[in-house]
Amino acid sequence: MKISNNAYQLMTSDALERFPNECCGFFFGEDGDNRTVTHVMKVNNSKEGDQRRRFAISPVDYMKAEAFADEQHVQLLGIYHSHPLHPAWPSVHDREQAMPWFSYIIIGVQPDQITRVNSFQLNDDRLFTLETIE
Amino acid sequence: MSKLIIPTPLRKFTNNEGSFNSSGSTVREVIHELVSTHDGLKKHLLDDNGNIRSFVRVYVGEDDIKSLNNDLTPVAQNDIVSIIPAIAGGIA
Repeated sequence: MKISNNAYQLMTSDALERFPNECCGFFFGEDGDNRTVTHVMKVNNSKEGDQRRRFAISPVDYMKAEAFADEQHVQLLGIYHSHPLHPAWPSVHDREQAMPWFSYIIIGVQPDQITRVNSFQLNDDRLFTLETIE
Repeated sequence: MSKLIIPTPLRKFTNNEGSFNSSGSTVREVIHELVSTHDGLKKHLLDDNGNIRSFVRVYVGEDDIKSLNNDLTPVAQNDIVSIIPAIAGGIA
């Protein structure tokens, strides 16, 4: 997966700005053997309760993301979120709720720095596999 | 016929079609018609008992079927039924 500088900046700055809470949003671009991420949509973390450990995105925001993709003639490629003070590795909850085909970018973040950015995709057995990020 | 909107991540199972026309009269019938046509969708939409997975939301028009009659919610001709992945996760 290739992430444009602008898209990378938007996602990582979102993780830092919303620390210690988890940030979340969508990213868009072109599908293919090597996906290219060009657009980012930050969205509200709608999780009720402790947003330092969980995130949720409302159905309304999901529908907005699908509409944005149609309007901009890009593909909705996946979802990003941060793991404050934790590794950029998917949890059981991340996997349970994941959809096929989407890429899931996880941003490991400390108070003042990004520690790691990883991307994962579900395989046919509903297990996450790591995607290479250029 | 009602029209079922397929979310982007599931379109690889529908030959990239973004919608599916169904003659089902309830949400359950519509979803089952979809998965019988596109078998690869089954494990992503239904649990082992044939019920809609808890992480999948279904809307009829602008209403979540959870606020109506769940999968027994009636679907009329020309209704738009949307499958929306519930998106959530986090550290723990």
